[in-house]
Amino acid sequence: MKAQYEMRAGLEIHVQLKVAAKLFCTCDFSFAAEPNSCVCPVCLGYPGALPVLNGAAVAQAVKAGLMLGCEINSVSSFDRKNYFYPDAAKNYQITQNFNPLCRGGAIEIQVGDGEVREIGLTRIHLEEDVAKSVHHGDCSGIDFNRAGVALIEIVTRPEITSADEAVAVLTALKELLLYAGVSDCNLEEGNMRCDVNMSLKHCGVAELGTKVEIKNINTISGVQAALRYEARRQGDILAGGGSVEQETRRWDAETGKTVAMRAKEDAPDYRYMAEPDLPQLGVTAAEVARLGSELPEAPAKRRIRLVEQYGIPAYDAGVITGSRFLADFFEESAGLCGNGKVVSNWIMTDVLHLVGAHGVAIEASRISPVELAELINLVNSGTINAATGKELLEEIFLQGGTPTTMVESRGLGQISDAAMLEDLVAAAMADNPNSVNDWLAGKKAAAGFLVGQVMKRSRGKADPKLVGKLIEVSLNGIRTDCVTTAECGKGEHQ
Amino acid sequence: MEFAKLTIRAALEGLRKRTLSAVELAQAVVGAVEACNSTLGAYLWFDREAVLKEAAAADEARAAGSDLPLLGIPLALKDNICVAGEPCGCASRMLEGFIAPYDSTVAERLRGAGAILAGRTNMDEFALGTSTESSAVQLTRNPAAGDYVPGGSSGGSAAAVAGGLALAALGSDTGGSVRQPASHCGCVGVKPGYGRISRFGVVACASSFDQVGVLTKSVADAALLVNIMAGFDPRDATTLMVKPAAWDGSSDLHGMRLGLPMEYFVDWVEPEVKSAALAAAERCRELGAEVIEVSLPHADYGPAAYCVLAAAELSTNMARFDGVRYGERAAGVKRIEGLYGESRGAGLGSEVKRRILFGTHMLSGANYERYFMQAQRVRALVGDDFSKAFECCDALLTPVVPAAARKLGESDGSPVEAYRNDSFVVGVNLAGVGALTVPYGTTAAGLPVGVQVIAPTLQESRLYRVASALEAMIGGGR
Repeated sequence: MKAQYEMRAGLEIHVQLKVAAKLFCTCDFSFAAEPNSCVCPVCLGYPGALPVLNGAAVAQAVKAGLMLGCEINSVSSFDRKNYFYPDAAKNYQITQNFNPLCRGGAIEIQVGDGEVREIGLTRIHLEEDVAKSVHHGDCSGIDFNRAGVALIEIVTRPEITSADEAVAVLTALKELLLYAGVSDCNLEEGNMRCDVNMSLKHCGVAELGTKVEIKNINTISGVQAALRYEARRQGDILAGGGSVEQETRRWDAETGKTVAMRAKEDAPDYRYMAEPDLPQLGVTAAEVARLGSELPEAPAKRRIRLVEQYGIPAYDAGVITGSRFLADFFEESAGLCGNGKVVSNWIMTDVLHLVGAHGVAIEASRISPVELAELINLVNSGTINAATGKELLEEIFLQGGTPTTMVESRGLGQISDAAMLEDLVAAAMADNPNSVNDWLAGKKAAAGFLVGQVMKRSRGKADPKLVGKLIEVSLNGIRTDCVTTAECGKGEHQ
Repeated sequence: MEFAKLTIRAALEGLRKRTLSAVELAQAVVGAVEACNSTLGAYLWFDREAVLKEAAAADEARAAGSDLPLLGIPLALKDNICVAGEPCGCASRMLEGFIAPYDSTVAERLRGAGAILAGRTNMDEFALGTSTESSAVQLTRNPAAGDYVPGGSSGGSAAAVAGGLALAALGSDTGGSVRQPASHCGCVGVKPGYGRISRFGVVACASSFDQVGVLTKSVADAALLVNIMAGFDPRDATTLMVKPAAWDGSSDLHGMRLGLPMEYFVDWVEPEVKSAALAAAERCRELGAEVIEVSLPHADYGPAAYCVLAAAELSTNMARFDGVRYGERAAGVKRIEGLYGESRGAGLGSEVKRRILFGTHMLSGANYERYFMQAQRVRALVGDDFSKAFECCDALLTPVVPAAARKLGESDGSPVEAYRNDSFVVGVNLAGVGALTVPYGTTAAGLPVGVQVIAPTLQESRLYRVASALEAMIGGGR
């Protein structure tokens, strides 16, 4: 049966900016700090305290706006959002209601089979975070550490048509903001929080349905689940001939349901008022240009460029551009090494394997792009063999070190001189006549065993390819002899 | 030394010449406070021991060669200006027992200049009022006549200075709260242009109007204090970066064009008040000023616009007093809504509640556009009036209030009538310009009457020039 309804959803995403101080005071903030230890008269809303705007937060917000193609308003302003709740120290929150810092813009997402869609943004504005209420038993506490922390709120247009698209928007946004260094986007620490607006509309009709707002969603999978649940709930109401109430609902992650919070008529009147303690915020074109010049290339564009420039597979480019650090690491290493494809192979198979095996992020590892390039060149030039290279990689990854120095000081240089290896080959064959016989009997794998024996005798330094060749030559030599003998014998028997 | 009339300048001269010690000065203040404060009710809090100790330290510092501009000068502060470790109660039960955890910028700058922050003065609760009668703590009397109000809201500061209980005091002026009590009590009151003095650490009333001001015994003292406190403060984003040239002490009015706004000389101004202002204008003319009539065409709409905007800002500024983090908290309340209601209900006085309700209403729903935004447009027009007036004159000379101080306990009339009484002071706050009031005579009943001088924000030296000329006439300004 063809679907009768289409989803239209918009997101309001709160993102904690990566800045040293809070938005309106100089307090620092760390997620793990003791409750109420990152506070001052300003963020506690003490009598007489005044907010002063943190310029670094403005710069980060402008960067976010530029990454998302927003128009940066040369003049924006702050407003008080008035409501009584213990999480707001002043019983109002300073936000940008009337004149936000950024307008417009869009976020690109991939839907279905690589098709690219743009979800439009209405605005990005700066605002202060609120405190955290902690309830235990019949008593509640408030931790003001988070109060006043710098946030941006990114508001999308209601252009999202499925739960999966919402996931794609959040994932793309997270990637982009992490890339630009605007936020740590750490969902576990509440760096990104999301409210959702959703309505169902009849297919083929332009008019949107009644909107329901869902609050309190703190994970990307939560957004997906909440939208799916809500689409079912509203769909059932509409299919049953009912009409959807305009209301605010809360996502309950435990039960996997949305729960009605308040109806439209109970919506609070926030009595927005221009913030008299803060002058208008002016951002000059020169500042915008300067901040723009500090921005990294967007990951989607970079992905395409990496494929074209280095000839690496699209999949690898996707993995590598998944983090700005890794992509920078790759490009620097590729530049030094002169062969992007090889570097990409090393990163994809070896470096990322070490990341997984040791649980150490590449940022935290001891290896730099310089060392990786050097190591790859040592292997490519045949100075060391691949196995030694991999051993060294793990050591450098965990403890650091310079490949060339390590190879020299430990005498790890690969033996690529056939004359030096011939004795070892001869000895290995002499000591393992069974293997030789096996090979002669047609068990080709026996050659590999003999190569291994030579490698062992060379303590891993032998160039395995060369050893393989030498063994093959020797075995062929023996076979030639045998064949001659056998033929003779055969002849005799005949 | 007659302490009651002693100015800061005269005291500094004595201290520098070693004819007076800071300890002697402090003892004089302590003596005056102990003798008169119980009757006058000017101070809410005065730390005798600390004042004497700091005075001894100031004498030592001076002996060691220090000559800070206010070294050893005791000052009184209105109870809404934070000084670390001292109570800051805004004369409200809501903040009873509240100890400020930090210094306001003005306190810091004055102390940095060597001043002794001696005590805290009474005020209308949260600076809302014009008689100091809305103080939840005590009554303050007018030193000139004990059964009259001192004015307000900085009534305690005005009474302390005029009554000889302080050399000078700080006040705050949102809609005349420095100038009106200064005029009623007979001292000099200055409200500098908006943004000249940091508001950091001054409990907000209506943020876009609030400005710290001074109440002094002479124009020169006012200029000295303002000069020390004014200037950009990184902790108050609304302070001005520009620093105007300091007043050179001149009272020469030759070449100065003084405007008399017709709208401020209307028939409901009491004759004694009007004639004082006209006499002052005449005197300025004699001293070489050109006196002209000017118009502030939107003056009549000012008080209504002020009333809407100031209450709106107040309503959100007052929201933080909720009993959650500090101040009055109702006991035995289980739910948060109850805690807010009970704490604010018990902690705030009726005038404060009335204005919070009014301001909240002004910001609610459609009222925001209908009243708040409309009032903002009126505010812009009032500002334009002043700008235009200052195109054809250097300063304005006006009455301060339509009448001298009234008796304690008498009514100001309906709230609308009460707002009309603020007509000549609130225009200045709406426009953000600077103004000063200087005593210029007394009524037949012996109550002081002041005149107001108004100048553009960064031209406060014009205020001092005109006022010091008038002050010389009445024998002040030592």
